[in-house]
Amino acid sequence: MSRLPPKGEPGGFLSRRAFLVASTGAGLAFGFSALVEAAMDPAVPGGVPMSPTGPRFEPTLWFAIDGEGIVTVNIIRAEMGQHVGTALARILADELDVAWDKVRIVHVDTDPKWGLMVTGGSWSVWQTFPIFSQAGAAGRIALVEAGAKLLNVSPAGGTAKGGVVHVGGRSISYGDIVKRGGVARQFTPEEMAKLPIKPAAERKLIGKPGKALDITAKINGTAIYGIDAKVPGMVFARPKLPPTRHGSKVISVNDREAKTVKGYLRCLTIDDPSDTVPGWVLVIAESYPAAIRAADLVKVRWSAGPGAKVSERNLQDHATSLIAKADVGALLDTRTADTASAFKAAKSTLEQTYTTATVLHFQLEPLNALAFEKDGIMEIHTGNQWQSLILPTLAKALDRAETKIVMRTYMLGGGFGRRLNGDYAVPAALAAKALGKPVKLVLTREDDVRFDSVRSPSVQTVRMAFDGAGDILAQEHHAAAGWPTLANAPALMPKGKNGVAYDPFAISGADHWYEVGAHKVRAINNDLANETFRPGWLRSVGPGWTNWAGESFIDEAAHHLKTDPVALRLKLLTGAGANAGSDASTVGGAKRQAEVVRRAAEAAGWGKSLPKDTALGLATSFGQERDMPTWVACVARVHVDRASGVVTVQKLTVVTDAGTIVDPDGARAQTEGASLWGLSMALHEGTEFVNGQVNDVNLDTYTPLRIADTPELDIQFVDSTEAPVGLGEPATTVVAPAIANAIFRAVGVRLRHIPITPDAVRRALSNEG
Amino acid sequence: MTQFTINGRAVSIDADEDTPLLWVIRDAIGLTGTKFGCGIGMCGACTVHVGGRAIRSCITPISAVDGAEVTTIEGLDPAGQHPVQKAWLELQTPQCGYCQSGQIMQAAAMLKDFPAPTDADIDATMSGNLCRCMTYVRIRAAIKQAAAEMGGKS
Repeated sequence: MSRLPPKGEPGGFLSRRAFLVASTGAGLAFGFSALVEAAMDPAVPGGVPMSPTGPRFEPTLWFAIDGEGIVTVNIIRAEMGQHVGTALARILADELDVAWDKVRIVHVDTDPKWGLMVTGGSWSVWQTFPIFSQAGAAGRIALVEAGAKLLNVSPAGGTAKGGVVHVGGRSISYGDIVKRGGVARQFTPEEMAKLPIKPAAERKLIGKPGKALDITAKINGTAIYGIDAKVPGMVFARPKLPPTRHGSKVISVNDREAKTVKGYLRCLTIDDPSDTVPGWVLVIAESYPAAIRAADLVKVRWSAGPGAKVSERNLQDHATSLIAKADVGALLDTRTADTASAFKAAKSTLEQTYTTATVLHFQLEPLNALAFEKDGIMEIHTGNQWQSLILPTLAKALDRAETKIVMRTYMLGGGFGRRLNGDYAVPAALAAKALGKPVKLVLTREDDVRFDSVRSPSVQTVRMAFDGAGDILAQEHHAAAGWPTLANAPALMPKGKNGVAYDPFAISGADHWYEVGAHKVRAINNDLANETFRPGWLRSVGPGWTNWAGESFIDEAAHHLKTDPVALRLKLLTGAGANAGSDASTVGGAKRQAEVVRRAAEAAGWGKSLPKDTALGLATSFGQERDMPTWVACVARVHVDRASGVVTVQKLTVVTDAGTIVDPDGARAQTEGASLWGLSMALHEGTEFVNGQVNDVNLDTYTPLRIADTPELDIQFVDSTEAPVGLGEPATTVVAPAIANAIFRAVGVRLRHIPITPDAVRRALSNEG
Repeated sequence: MTQFTINGRAVSIDADEDTPLLWVIRDAIGLTGTKFGCGIGMCGACTVHVGGRAIRSCITPISAVDGAEVTTIEGLDPAGQHPVQKAWLELQTPQCGYCQSGQIMQAAAMLKDFPAPTDADIDATMSGNLCRCMTYVRIRAAIKQAAAEMGGKS
């Protein structure tokens, strides 16, 4: 599993590959990159990168400079709306000291030399920052030295500014240095690690306003997404999906009626040695509309696998029964997981259970992949977030070496975690192999949704023990859900302190930074969920439900203690002991979380009077994982219409401390989107399983947030020079509990299931009355 | 044979009359800026102009555009400098960008009817266009900026 991400080692895998081309000599330093043709530049119509001018200087794997001084930065992350290439290139260009208008980015294919390729977890900037800083610094130093040599002066005291070397009273541009050759500086990995990185005060691009490189192509129709990929001679395919995700077998295929469709070619029953898409039949046609029509007419009989009778109620009842069993699940390695004595000694206790519905990714570009064999290589052209995860599966499915498969990553029409699971590439590749011609597989929206890797429904029980004098003695958090990492990448599951393996992404968030005395966190796999469907990582993953429970519960605890919920949080965020923070990413610990809570409360006017049935609610989290905390707090201002039960979110105030903000406008955009995803999942979207299938497969019944329901947003960032952390997900985690807490303060009813529907609010109000 | 003009160019299409315009634009004509999202006219990613009006091409059979003038995102402005596009660029509106062709086409059509749109006008007209990245705050601001540039007074 060498291509899977290391845990708790930011960028470690990449940094081992980041050293200069020293040992391979000058030949490579001036070699032309064959990979340019296999890469995409999102700033160029059609995505084809411009050819370099003259020789190129490639001091590291990560960038090259040509004779015109144009810097091309290689991006291994997928572009799915986060303008990731822009953020990463700014890190490198700042340290290299070149003007932004000289910078190009290319999204590269899956050559093994790039190492692990994954875009998720809000990790990209956090993991890349040290590597790209060093790469830029190394390039700058090499160019200063080479410039001095060409100018026949001593390199001592030489500097670089805006792509020009100034040394010994003379100057030479990077482009001219490259044109004249002679850059041959070698760095060992140890030297790389010690390179002088600019102090924050001298930064010219990081943290400064700038424009993203991928915008123009996205507003004039020239951006190329996976669904736009084409090659001559390709045929189109639409799947006929079996009744269950796992274990379905094709009994018979009848395409008699489909033969009446002009352009229909044939059906292909997929034989998949990797068992990724059991029971899939592809309907092949000369055009996609013909494939859609023919598929509607093809009749397939299957024997169904497990889960064909399972519905949402079964899933949630099963989760509840698992929580009731004390001996199942994994115990996280929290400081004092033995809470029994504290509960025994407690003067009072509080226990509540929270649930969340199944949620769809519904990334707007339906899943698709184009596959064909060329020069002995199976090429797969698609949008994907975790190439390194699906490549071994593709190798198994196709019975060929991973080195004989290459994935070209196109723009993603939304990822949100769906394309971390690259299952859709498998049937396309198998069909291309079977037919011996290029196959373009496109799922209709309904196909895409039916086999989405949904966010699992969850059940969580939280309990707390109190001493009777206003202090908390202990807390327990028991969370049961389908586990995406078990379904898709089980090798990544660590073991809990009781030796049981668990999905860290399905429990993270419950291991919070509050001081609560003894603290027990138990992660339970809902095995019925994993058997019925293939759980997915969906924007913010587990913290999207653990914080729903945890942050709703803290407000309930404050109510129990008759204290203000903001005051209680600040009291518990001591930043002491295990919550003090221990390295560059966590420095400051819970004190930084307390600060965003204070700022959000103040910005939103906490404590000021509001109109009737209107109130503020607050929630806070550390984003995704304890080793990369993004401190975030949200205040929701909510009005509840008692007659209809309609909850209107009037304003969201979101304050984030993500350390150094590399691309301020991109950071804001990510936080806007993450906040509104949180709102959408709190009030607007959710589905349920009925007989093994999600009940809502299109927008006629699935109702994500639209513009008319979008509230005013006040997004603020803490000014910081600490290590940059992630921004794509954290705000998602706090919005739902902030809304529920506001509803309670507005009308006195506590909602413990999301999405919160008007019906549920009306029912709660009538029970109250 | 269905004949119409697309971005000012005359085309003749030999496909079944009930073929959705979307696939003809994307696969037969080769203009891929118009996107497939839901296939039932409820996400707006496939929005194009027919005779200057915004329509959903995924549910429009080509027979319905026989003799009509069709405009796609590629033809909204020859240089991609329509005031709506300029405002979209200025405010860095797109995230993944997949819905944005449709958003821009819908907004451009709306500004003909509502040169100075109110928030309620924007809500009513743009709620048919889903943005899964949720760029709604910027879409609203960009529409107002474009309206101002085009001379509409709020």
